[in-house]
Amino acid sequence: MDAGERLLLTGDEAVGLAAIHCRVFLGTGYPGTPSTEILEYFSHLGGKAQWAPNEKVALEVGIGVAFSGARSLVTMKHVGLNVASDPLFSVAYTGVDGGLVVVSADDPGMASSQNEQDNRRYAVAAGVPMFEPSDAQEAYDFTIAAFELSEKYKIPVLLRMTTRVCHSRTAVVPRKINLSVTEPSYNKSAETKVLIPAYARAAHKRLRKKLSELKDWSENSAYNYSIMKDRTIGIITSGISYVHSVEAAPDVSILKLGFTYPLPMNKIAEFVKSVKRCVVVEEGDPYLYETIRAAGIPVEGKSESFRFGELNVQRVRQIIFGGEEVERKIPSGKAPQLCDGCQYRVVYDILHKFGCIVAGDIGCYTLGVLPPFNAMDTCLCMGASIGVGLGLRHALPPEQARKVVSVIGDSTFIHSGITGLVEMVYNPPPTGHVVIILDNQTTAMTVLQEHPGTGRKLNHEPTNQVVLEEVVKGVGVKNLYIVEPRVGSDSFEKVLTEALNRDALTVIIARRPCLLASKKLKEFERCEEKQELSSNKEKKQCQAK
Amino acid sequence: MPGEVINVLIAGLGGQGVLTASDILAFTAFEYGFDVKKSELKGMSQRGGSVTSDVRFGKKVWSPMIPPGEADYLLILESTQVEPNLHMLKKGGVIITPGDVDISQVPSKQTANTALLGALSIYLPIPEEIWLKVISKIVAEKHFEKNKVAFLIGKTTYKKNIVPNLIKIV
Repeated sequence: MDAGERLLLTGDEAVGLAAIHCRVFLGTGYPGTPSTEILEYFSHLGGKAQWAPNEKVALEVGIGVAFSGARSLVTMKHVGLNVASDPLFSVAYTGVDGGLVVVSADDPGMASSQNEQDNRRYAVAAGVPMFEPSDAQEAYDFTIAAFELSEKYKIPVLLRMTTRVCHSRTAVVPRKINLSVTEPSYNKSAETKVLIPAYARAAHKRLRKKLSELKDWSENSAYNYSIMKDRTIGIITSGISYVHSVEAAPDVSILKLGFTYPLPMNKIAEFVKSVKRCVVVEEGDPYLYETIRAAGIPVEGKSESFRFGELNVQRVRQIIFGGEEVERKIPSGKAPQLCDGCQYRVVYDILHKFGCIVAGDIGCYTLGVLPPFNAMDTCLCMGASIGVGLGLRHALPPEQARKVVSVIGDSTFIHSGITGLVEMVYNPPPTGHVVIILDNQTTAMTVLQEHPGTGRKLNHEPTNQVVLEEVVKGVGVKNLYIVEPRVGSDSFEKVLTEALNRDALTVIIARRPCLLASKKLKEFERCEEKQELSSNKEKKQCQAK
Repeated sequence: MPGEVINVLIAGLGGQGVLTASDILAFTAFEYGFDVKKSELKGMSQRGGSVTSDVRFGKKVWSPMIPPGEADYLLILESTQVEPNLHMLKKGGVIITPGDVDISQVPSKQTANTALLGALSIYLPIPEEIWLKVISKIVAEKHFEKNKVAFLIGKTTYKKNIVPNLIKIV
């Protein structure tokens, strides 16, 4: 993949390739659609990449790398940034030494998410500069620009992508880049990196000064440019909405914003003046619209119905040229479901049969909510099953409380279920509680990523394993069962009956490898055995798979 | 802009090879020299739900998503998926389903997707050797022969009247 070669890459792959070309020291993150493939591709190309237990830890590790003077790339889906927001706000204050780029992959339309939050708001809230690519070429170019900017201003940079940028393949021509690499070493600077109030007050002022300089940078940036055509209509747009806009209205003038925080307000005002009527075309929240209007610049926005779901060429035509959106009745496709033969089917059959109130969590197993099981009652965010289940147990009358169970997957448990378990031991409800960990030994939902419980790294090489039962025991849960849920066996039903009839704290680990993963798992095991016995050459062959 | 971009929507259920087929088509058009954009919604596709992928190519493509009512071709791997995607087809557009080729001659169920690409290839200006070269790069080595046979069966047994929609790069 040399400079000048013509490639057809997804936006995610383009970021991974740019990270290689930027000589990123470490890529870290937590799997989440549509961001997962960035680190997988970076690793595939030879980059050092690893899955963290959750996004907060990933960002903290990335910050440490950046404090050493090296470059780090931290990837996550939009809701992952909620988890990582604590360190994000603080690293904006401390600043960085090496480049730190945080990818937020938003999911307008919720192809595979619980909400469609617009993370451009985070750039403003935390005070971190932001790029918004509109295709894979820009994903490549903007990743490089983000590292350059991060190092120039010593500030973390947000690369905000969306599903259609992440997962669409478009042409990419890589270029020659000359980013120097400094040997990591620690330079003591506690007054900038320790946020005690006395230091943090000064840090906040430094951040605002940087952002004011970045506003000037934004005004002059080649990433924000106008294409002047017919001046009766002008469009201000960013990200994927740009390509929809060009197709929807090829003859109108466009101000294309690639760098969207801080916004180039002078450039925007100038553009608006130069056209008769100006429309802001953006997916999700009216972030550009509100900011521009707040500055007293007269632009038109979109009607409320366009806040929901993805934009496309047809919807953009309606935003620009008017016309109410007509809700079209499109026959729905087939909904996803638990795989035939999935071991969770057995679990949900029993939960349904027992009439349990199920506080659920995020993963394939969320599909237990659908018929024929109808066996999930709540699902909010990663790890919430345990806290929500405990709250229900505390408040409901005892006969109902005794039916409450929390259901959580293995990767989700490690992501943010452990603290919930600590809460359960510390503040037990009067009727006790039952937590079922569905351990299929992979992150199945996002297509089979490793996690600390599998004992294999992102690239499937063996590493230390976090053993779930040891964690559960270590936290102080006295009643622990490990069962294999499968058709024809009543062991899960027996264990659950026992647990529900006892006002105590119980964890049931329902353990059976994911059907889809089991073939892969056997391959990795073979590789591990081989590695113990044999030469480096065979090791390489195994890794290549 | 109409006429300068060819829009192909591929639809089926998770596990039927929609994404592989759209990759083959996208890389083939790219190799031929077209500008290409390919878009898909996966996420929960492994769980057997509906999967669609948009492939657009021509001299210059902007949006990666086919606007409703502008698909030139619908490649449908599963008959139940025709109806949910019909609103995407333009007037006079072509639907290609497994029923349009001699599916009994296709080596395996897993290669039905490649057979439909063979049928589609009749409408496009891209030479057979580019298709086969790309297929050999995308499918596993051990599956190449089967896919090659499926492609050729699709191409030679396609039953519809053909009005080729040939566009060339200017």
